[in-house]
Amino acid sequence: MSLLNPELLVTLPVLIPVLGSLVGLAAWNHVRVQRAANLIASGLLLLAAGELLRRTAGGEVLAVHLGGWPSPMAITFVADITSAIMVLLNGLVALGAAVYGLGGIDRRREAAGFHPLMLGLFTSVSGAFLTADLFNLYVWFEVMLMSSFVLLALGGAREQLKGALTYVILSLVGSTFFLAGIGLTYSMLGTLNMAHLAERLAEAGEPQRYSPVAAILLVAFLIKSAAFPFFAWLPASYHTPPPIVSAVFAGLLTKVGVYVIIRFTTLMIPATHPDAAVVASLLTWVAAFTMVTGVLAAAAQGEIRRILSFHIISQIGYMLMGLGIAGGALAAAGVAEAAGDVERAQALRTAGALAMTGAVFYVLHHIVVKANLFLVAGIIERRCGSGTLARIGGLSTASPKLTVLFMVPALSLAGIPILSGFWSKFVLVRAGLAAEAWAIVTVSLLVSVMTLFSMMKIWSGAFWKPAPEDGDPAAVPAAELARLEDEAIGGRGWMEAGSAFLALVTLAIGLLAGPAVALAERGSAQLIDGRAYRDAALDRTPTPPAAGNAPATPRPGGGSTP
Amino acid sequence: MTLALALTVGLLYAAGVYMMLRRSIVKLLIGLTLMGHASNLLIFVTAGLRRGSPPLVRPGQEQLLVAHTDPLPPALILTAIVISFALVGYAAVLVKGVYEVAGDDVDAIERSGA
Repeated sequence: MSLLNPELLVTLPVLIPVLGSLVGLAAWNHVRVQRAANLIASGLLLLAAGELLRRTAGGEVLAVHLGGWPSPMAITFVADITSAIMVLLNGLVALGAAVYGLGGIDRRREAAGFHPLMLGLFTSVSGAFLTADLFNLYVWFEVMLMSSFVLLALGGAREQLKGALTYVILSLVGSTFFLAGIGLTYSMLGTLNMAHLAERLAEAGEPQRYSPVAAILLVAFLIKSAAFPFFAWLPASYHTPPPIVSAVFAGLLTKVGVYVIIRFTTLMIPATHPDAAVVASLLTWVAAFTMVTGVLAAAAQGEIRRILSFHIISQIGYMLMGLGIAGGALAAAGVAEAAGDVERAQALRTAGALAMTGAVFYVLHHIVVKANLFLVAGIIERRCGSGTLARIGGLSTASPKLTVLFMVPALSLAGIPILSGFWSKFVLVRAGLAAEAWAIVTVSLLVSVMTLFSMMKIWSGAFWKPAPEDGDPAAVPAAELARLEDEAIGGRGWMEAGSAFLALVTLAIGLLAGPAVALAERGSAQLIDGRAYRDAALDRTPTPPAAGNAPATPRPGGGSTP
Repeated sequence: MTLALALTVGLLYAAGVYMMLRRSIVKLLIGLTLMGHASNLLIFVTAGLRRGSPPLVRPGQEQLLVAHTDPLPPALILTAIVISFALVGYAAVLVKGVYEVAGDDVDAIERSGA
């Protein structure tokens, strides 16, 4: 592994998929080459991401300044524990989808460039997780949008076009906000490196003057994460493309938005910022509304992938809730300390760190589970010819294998003990109680019950209740099913293998919850402290870590001026 | 000059939002383009306007000595223009596809869908 110097390793999660995509584009008429390139690149991406996490897990933050420019000018990629975890999840979803895709896509869409587009998407997701430059982040967002636009409309079914239009228009409006926010940020703070921005803002005399610009950027990120009230694009589009495409979207796209919100708020609005408490309470409110509207809308749906789409929205609420509680508790800790109540300050600080851990761990668990549920929905649609619950049934006796594949992510999503979803909710609720955020904890527990209800609805609709027509779970004539099998590039076995891979990952996260939570804990400590990230991004010799989880105090004169 | 450009930015945003709120998918696209222009112009204006001082090193000098326009915002705008050109181009193709199925009326698309 000595061949892999840190600079190369940090860029590999972007380089590998983009090379695979280029190979696929060069071999446009050879779908087998494209297929192989997708599999190999996804596998290598997972390996590179694993190595990246192994090296950063100890607390070292890796950085690369592209183009050999000095620090604030260069576009910088930074990998701390949180970004490494995210890149690893990107790799897991990529490999799961690549295996599933060997059976789960039809010939026409494959010939239209399915594999290179998927790799383009993974490239941009890795880039967004790793970059420390605001404008570069915008570029990755646009690459992501472009790949997802084409994947969404690929094949051009009528229903798909309508969903794609809503998605495209709302995403582009979000981009406009992002771009305007970048322009205003640059004019106020004179840099675009996020670490440099954070330090300039911390040194500024009146950091509140930046808050309106931060609000514009947060709106752009909230549109991206499908939070209340900006989520209209998601349920309009996610059930229309082939299931494998919606699975990858469901797993990764909104979570890029959440990751960016976490990164942006921890850097730009730390607990020392005068508006920290306001932003935290705003995020908590958004979280509550997102959770409730998502889960209620899901309860009213009758088709598997539509139910799951609304659940993505509701789950985004949990992640924002972690961030909101953390921000509120850390800001309150600062106030308590100023008032001389050291004991309370310490308790609140612990609660804040726990809530941030909960947010990171929730994203970690959710990406795998959500992608897998959509993959399973795809297998059901292939097996039965439809995903409408009223038309199918009896799968528990007809296909026990599929039943197990569904149960693992579904029970995990609902938060049944020992599965990953239980631990993620457990950490969040404990943090909320410690931070005395009673209201949001109550809401989250109620929403959790509703989530279980929706999962049971899919369970009873597709698996438990007898098939509508004498024992046959299929909703369409056998000839139609045969046509679906015939159009696909491979058998259902590949789809089940891809889904089983992600189910195993879910089980592993659940059984190894101790180490996984500990990792998220170290990641969140880095996020809250922020110094290691800023030092790496600005190419300084690291300052020795402070004892405990004390929040970062801006060091005077820390920023290197260009 | 800054005031005139600032007003133009506001006008472009207003026109863009107005167009997007019409019940027509073609106007939706035009509105989107206008909002993109507004954002680009916003970056240009907020970077500060300085007449007749390009960021060029004068003959016989080693580096920029006089006050000059910041070259970074125009570079950002160029990148953004290239990206939005591609995206709007794709959106136009998509709008054409939807237009052929459902016509120009947004509500007709809602009705025609499942």
